Amino acid sequence: MQRIGVFVCWCGTNIAGTVDVKRVAEALKNEPGVVYSDNYQYMCSQAGQDMIKNAIHEYKLTGVVVCSCSPRMHETTFRKTAAAAGLNPYMVEIANIREQCSWVHKDMEAGTEKAIILGRAAIAKLNLNTPLTAGETPVTKRALVIGGGIAGIQTALDIADAGFKVDIVEKKPTIGGKMAQLDKTFPTLDCAACILTPKMVDVGQHENIRIFSYSEVTDVKGFVGNFDVTIKRKARFVKEDVCTGCGLCMEKCPMKKVPNEFNLGLDNRTAIYIPFAQAVPKVATIDPNYCIMKKTGKCGLCSTVCTVGAIDYNQQDEIIEEKYGAIVVATGFNPISMDKFDEYAYSQSKDVVTSLEFERLMNAAGPTQGTLLRPSDGKHPHTLVFVQCVGSRCEACAEKGKEYCSKICCMYTAKHAMLVRDKYPDTEVYVFYIDVRTPGKNFDEFYRRAVEEYGVHYIKGMVGKVAPEGDKLMVQASDLLDNKQLHIAADMVILAAAIEPDESARSLATMLTASMDTNDFFTEAHPKLRPVESPTAGIYLSGACQGPKDIPDTVAQAGAAASKVIGLLVKDKLTGNPCVAESNELMCNGCSACEKVCPYGAITYVDKEFRMPDRTTRVRRVAQVNPAVCQGCGACTVACPSGAMDLKGFATSQIMAEVDAICK
Amino acid sequence: MQRITREMLTSKAISLLNDGTVSAVLGWREGEFSYDLTPSLFYTAEDIEQNFVFNDFCGANFSKYLVTKTLGIEGKILAFLKPCDTYSFNQLLTEHRIDRSKVYVVGISCDGMADISKIRAITGDGISSISCEPDGLKVQTIYDDEPKTVSYEDAMAERCICCKSKKHVCYDELIGEEGEENPDCNRFGKVAELEAMTPDERFAFWRGELSRCIRCNACRDVCPACTCEKCVFNNPNSGAENKAPATSFEEQMFHIIRAFHVAGRCTDCGECSRVCPQHIPLHLLNRKFIKDINTFYGEYQAGKEVGSRAPLVDYTTGDLEPGQVFEREGM
Repeated sequence: MQRIGVFVCWCGTNIAGTVDVKRVAEALKNEPGVVYSDNYQYMCSQAGQDMIKNAIHEYKLTGVVVCSCSPRMHETTFRKTAAAAGLNPYMVEIANIREQCSWVHKDMEAGTEKAIILGRAAIAKLNLNTPLTAGETPVTKRALVIGGGIAGIQTALDIADAGFKVDIVEKKPTIGGKMAQLDKTFPTLDCAACILTPKMVDVGQHENIRIFSYSEVTDVKGFVGNFDVTIKRKARFVKEDVCTGCGLCMEKCPMKKVPNEFNLGLDNRTAIYIPFAQAVPKVATIDPNYCIMKKTGKCGLCSTVCTVGAIDYNQQDEIIEEKYGAIVVATGFNPISMDKFDEYAYSQSKDVVTSLEFERLMNAAGPTQGTLLRPSDGKHPHTLVFVQCVGSRCEACAEKGKEYCSKICCMYTAKHAMLVRDKYPDTEVYVFYIDVRTPGKNFDEFYRRAVEEYGVHYIKGMVGKVAPEGDKLMVQASDLLDNKQLHIAADMVILAAAIEPDESARSLATMLTASMDTNDFFTEAHPKLRPVESPTAGIYLSGACQGPKDIPDTVAQAGAAASKVIGLLVKDKLTGNPCVAESNELMCNGCSACEKVCPYGAITYVDKEFRMPDRTTRVRRVAQVNPAVCQGCGACTVACPSGAMDLKGFATSQIMAEVDAICK
Repeated sequence: MQRITREMLTSKAISLLNDGTVSAVLGWREGEFSYDLTPSLFYTAEDIEQNFVFNDFCGANFSKYLVTKTLGIEGKILAFLKPCDTYSFNQLLTEHRIDRSKVYVVGISCDGMADISKIRAITGDGISSISCEPDGLKVQTIYDDEPKTVSYEDAMAERCICCKSKKHVCYDELIGEEGEENPDCNRFGKVAELEAMTPDERFAFWRGELSRCIRCNACRDVCPACTCEKCVFNNPNSGAENKAPATSFEEQMFHIIRAFHVAGRCTDCGECSRVCPQHIPLHLLNRKFIKDINTFYGEYQAGKEVGSRAPLVDYTTGDLEPGQVFEREGM
């Protein structure tokens, strides 16, 4: 029989405000095994912890139940307290009477009753607890960064600079991501390429960084410190280690009508291509959907002109398997599709463009070499209308668009408006907005410059309809401050499309068992206190995959994620979780169900000799769990038909005891 | 009437025994009544000649017997397996419950077995003997002077009427013709009817059926998917152990727990319903699971291939989310 001490915490008024803690302590005194029960204002304080330690000595306690906040907050604290007093730390159970009780109830009577029930359940479980000892697992000192945009680049550089090996997996032929497509960056208006490309070069040249471009993560197994990752390197039909990036093949390629995705389809590229001049790695890639040789087997021009013999039309996808200690997700974002926004005539007129397309139209390396020309007729536009919040901040029930604010649009629209007015003073620029949101260092000053110095017409109100008429775009809008309808004959309309996570994010989250929110953004472990970690141990978040972010925020988060990774990789060993599965060999029938469901490959089968009740010996196939690999997820205990698998610390009998105590 | 005759099987069994291929034969022996056949091991040609029976009442699935009978025996056991039995046999191989090298499988084609309760419903109680004649089953009761004739069609077991496959998925040698799978067997018809009920109606249906349970454990004991070293219902530590139902709730839970335990592994052999002395349609619980698995994860037939991964113990990134299960219509 256990000798259990119960400690009920007030948490100031957090708990005591809705739970009669004295009554809880009094009621739990009579539970089986309880020899001591008391309450205190702050159990987690030094005085509170001393109270627990003294009680352990004085009453010779074998187990401790703390009725307090969520075990996520202070379970470790109280385990350490118990350990300091000589008790096995796994003889501590937490009854969460704050998050799951006092915070969700208003009525003292109901709250108190529930707190007593939760305490009773914890006591019932503790009565069946046994002391557990944690093992250790080694850490693979290599990190994987998924996504090679500015977030992934920064994270990789920071980890690599600390002396650890990093691999970047990028699905495009080059790293650089969205930032490489931008023209200037707010609020300082420095050129995106000028500040990004040195970092890309650093990545390319760093001895600790490997870039797997044109590659995808296809499978992830394992756990923190020991991930086994399968990476598919798609065939680019060019030998990466041979190609010098001279670009001769691009000049000669006869297939010149391939929509150029780097310029968002605003111009064309060749079937063999290097996305842009500063690409890293600077290696050509053959697009098999357009390559004449790949499609008809007749051409081979690039192969003929290539002086180093880098072309290999028969290249196959390559599968790489690598071990990592930590994984950083930096999969970034995309503007949403404008298909559902017909009111803005995006599909009807080439002169209605998204803001990212506008970046390319303003960029010196873009389709117009930086001269702002209308995509339809190449003429200089005089009247430009910017529409903000296209698909952002939509009603929750709306079938199109997103509920959230995309965060970056106010600032880049101010940037675009300012740049247009600066370069082409003969233009009229209108910006339609719901609010202008500029919470960032030097952001509001930047926006005010656009209005005050550059004379951009900011109009509070939304555009209702854009209709092409001749070579004009008739914009119907409302001015909410002057309470009037506006009709503007515009030459171009620029839509600030909402941003959404990259489409690869969901399947990746499934592979990583990392959680996502309803918008497919990765969820952080704690919105305030652990913003760069996924709740799944060993998975870290960098950049817009976690939520809309501008470049300064992305770089800051990228660095933070890197520091968390470094903090993990410097450790030689991780203390494991002793709450692992255990197979009762006498009951195991060797069916392999557990082995099949184990996501960590922790279960193996052995043929073992057993003495049977009738004194014969029999060789039976039984499951064995490797405790260093088992993560205690419990999938095997559910799959096992005979109940031979059980989880230490969360045994079926313990769970049932809790349920029985609650239902009593 | 089976096209396979007793003589085909006995001559095969005796020749395999005599040439040493097998050291025992798993076959059927007459029980208390002529329609009540018991699976049994035969070790000698004499025993086979005298006591081996084969007729339309050989419904028993042999695969489960092989789990224990192959232990501690020298050489192989000859097992005559009907198409449906081979699925169970494969499933047991998948679960490493039978050593394949200890079994010599002779697949026998099957024309559907008779169900004694269906015959009884036609002839009335008091059946003293039945003989299988070409024009039907001659049923003699203690109340009638003349035997009554029941057609094979009328006598055929429900599970055989909607037979899922006449194809053997495993054998060393085949007697009779190899058949085909029958995807149009409509074995989920009754399940669909239950699904169409309101939750209250369905609950009432199952409460009515399961209230007859006497907790004899026959369904579990015959089930080829129930081969645990120690069944949870025999394990005092499982919290589910109970020999007899103490409350009406318990027998319901017994069957539901059992259905969950065999979900994804049940080959739909129908033995549970065959042996139930209370005629509870237990196979419907299992078929509901099979139907759901097929709907959610694509067609899956347990036992069709050795080593196949049942969808419930296999994870793919394309698996449906729990929310999608919740949102579906009906039960």
